[in-house]
Amino acid sequence: MSQDTLNFIFIGITFAIYIGIALKSRATSTKEYYTAGGGVSPLANGMATAADWMSAATFISMAGGIALTGYDASRFLMGWTGGFVLLTILMVPYLRKFGKSTVPDFIGDRYYSNFTRFIAVICALFISLTYIMGQMRGVGVVFSQLFEIPIEAGVIIGAAIVFFYAGLGGMKGITYTQVAQYCVMAFAYTLPAIFISMALTGNVIPQLGLIGDYTANGESLPFLEKINNINTELGFKEFTSSNLSKLNMFCITAALMCGTAGLPHVIVRFFTVKDVKAVRKSACWTLSFIAVIYLTASAVGSFSRVNLVEKLNNTPHAEAPDWFERFEKSGQMKWEDKNGDGLMQYSALDRAEGNIAANELTFGADIIVMANPYMGDTPQWVIALLMAGCIAAALSTAAGLLLVLSTSISHDLMKKIINPDLTDKQEIKWARIASLVSLIIACWFGINPPSAFIAKTVAFAFGLAASSFFPTLLMGIFSKKVNKEGATAGMIVGICFTLFYIIYFQFMGGTSDQYFFGISPEGIGFVGMLLNFIIAFVVSAFTPAPPEDIQKMVAKIHNPKGSGDATH
Amino acid sequence: MEEKHTDDNSTGTSGGYRRASLIILFSLLTIWFVVSFGCGILFREQLDDAFSVGNAPLGFWMSQQGSIICFVLILIAYAILMGRLDEKHGYSETSNKKAK
Repeated sequence: MSQDTLNFIFIGITFAIYIGIALKSRATSTKEYYTAGGGVSPLANGMATAADWMSAATFISMAGGIALTGYDASRFLMGWTGGFVLLTILMVPYLRKFGKSTVPDFIGDRYYSNFTRFIAVICALFISLTYIMGQMRGVGVVFSQLFEIPIEAGVIIGAAIVFFYAGLGGMKGITYTQVAQYCVMAFAYTLPAIFISMALTGNVIPQLGLIGDYTANGESLPFLEKINNINTELGFKEFTSSNLSKLNMFCITAALMCGTAGLPHVIVRFFTVKDVKAVRKSACWTLSFIAVIYLTASAVGSFSRVNLVEKLNNTPHAEAPDWFERFEKSGQMKWEDKNGDGLMQYSALDRAEGNIAANELTFGADIIVMANPYMGDTPQWVIALLMAGCIAAALSTAAGLLLVLSTSISHDLMKKIINPDLTDKQEIKWARIASLVSLIIACWFGINPPSAFIAKTVAFAFGLAASSFFPTLLMGIFSKKVNKEGATAGMIVGICFTLFYIIYFQFMGGTSDQYFFGISPEGIGFVGMLLNFIIAFVVSAFTPAPPEDIQKMVAKIHNPKGSGDATH
Repeated sequence: MEEKHTDDNSTGTSGGYRRASLIILFSLLTIWFVVSFGCGILFREQLDDAFSVGNAPLGFWMSQQGSIICFVLILIAYAILMGRLDEKHGYSETSNKKAK
């Protein structure tokens, strides 16, 4: 059976399962649409949150980032898991106790102002849209690979599928399909890693292979030494050393962490469980499920680095492996015979003889994970499973994000601010219209992304969340002093500063020597966050304190008892 | 639909509970900071040179694997410690009757 047929069979089966679940648990009320009716078990919610969380950026992009930049990619590994500690310890138990189903809803009530609520809606839109752009790009990469078509067409096919099933099911449908998607993703990610680990290091467990010995081709030396040797030979920096400045690395990791704790689509996941105790338990499950994949990612990334170089570097193009041709066809790997010797050279050395750049191979980091099982000669069905996993990753996150986008518009904007008499039915209708519009915008940016590397686009979304929601929520929960003027000013300054910095460097041609203290746009959210805190405290100090009942409310949310159902 | 909590559940918490929960919060966040930013970024080179896990230098390993494992342990500790604290002060859903 050909690889393509097998891919389609696997993807077909998984899709049938998702759609079956989505139809069976279709949302019939707004309550089910927003919070799945409450009472999802901590384990199921943990799995669903993990699937929601692990986006195309994690699944497709992160290991590629590790393969290309080694230690530097740790910022994604630590940032996207460490954020869960902040999220669980500082945010969700209290927000769950407060019992509202959306983030702007909490902000609007805690800061007793519809204007603040409106700003929160705007922030939620910016964050989710930026995030979803990265997802659509990811969907595009997978579909283009699958059908051997250009990325643009892949993005559009993916969008049609996402719309069909996210708009349909609401939170209830999404939660249960995400449980299924997590299972697919976990197998799809770990199985190829096991096969490759056995081939390269003789170790069944990839994490042990990473710290073990490289044993392929009759060699025997520590695996990390092997990969460092490869990098040095080709003129790259050592795999285990850093290219980023410490401050930049610190800021990016911090922005990713704080962003995680301020991401509306992750926070709302915890409104689907029974009470505060279940929230804490659910968070443990979530992070454990995420860790399974993240711990494998660093092994996958480094293995594929070795494979890639061993298989391609200095190989005659005529004898290139079949899969190389496949990726060439979809335009994701390119070879240009600069010195005319018919060999494919991969190198970081700027100039070889005759003033020609030595490197002849170009490929995006995003393609590494998909190319990985081909390089490792794993069985066909494993590759098919991986394809299904990639699609699951991008779809589940896109669906979760669309839900936040649509509820921000339908619930927080239409019902709470514009027309309080909206019926449940009309509200869901608005939600569906909003998801269609946002999907179209996301598609456009999926085709013309702010950065070709998915993980970087997604990192911007985290920066925006870190500079807007994280401080505002944190102060809302832990301080009785911060008032509506402070919170509003803080959010506006934080997100505007971060947004302009990103736009200036990504779209308006700013160069890296103009960076503020050498902090790249991915890390600027951390600075935006500090600005938000400072401004909120200063403004609050000079304006009237929050009313008595708000201060009482803040005290109340610290009592974990009596959380009841999340309302809207 | 909201604001219907009429019993004692809707009041704030006692000073003892608040203090104890803040202690848990800050000690876990300290560990969180040390294992990620401390070991993985700020003091990475020193750890790389001094220790190793298997064949991997410790700082590098912490940044790619160790910190993630610690994060999971921190969350488990948090759930257990807070659960116990709620129980002791009668703020747990299940300890309703025992407490009052």
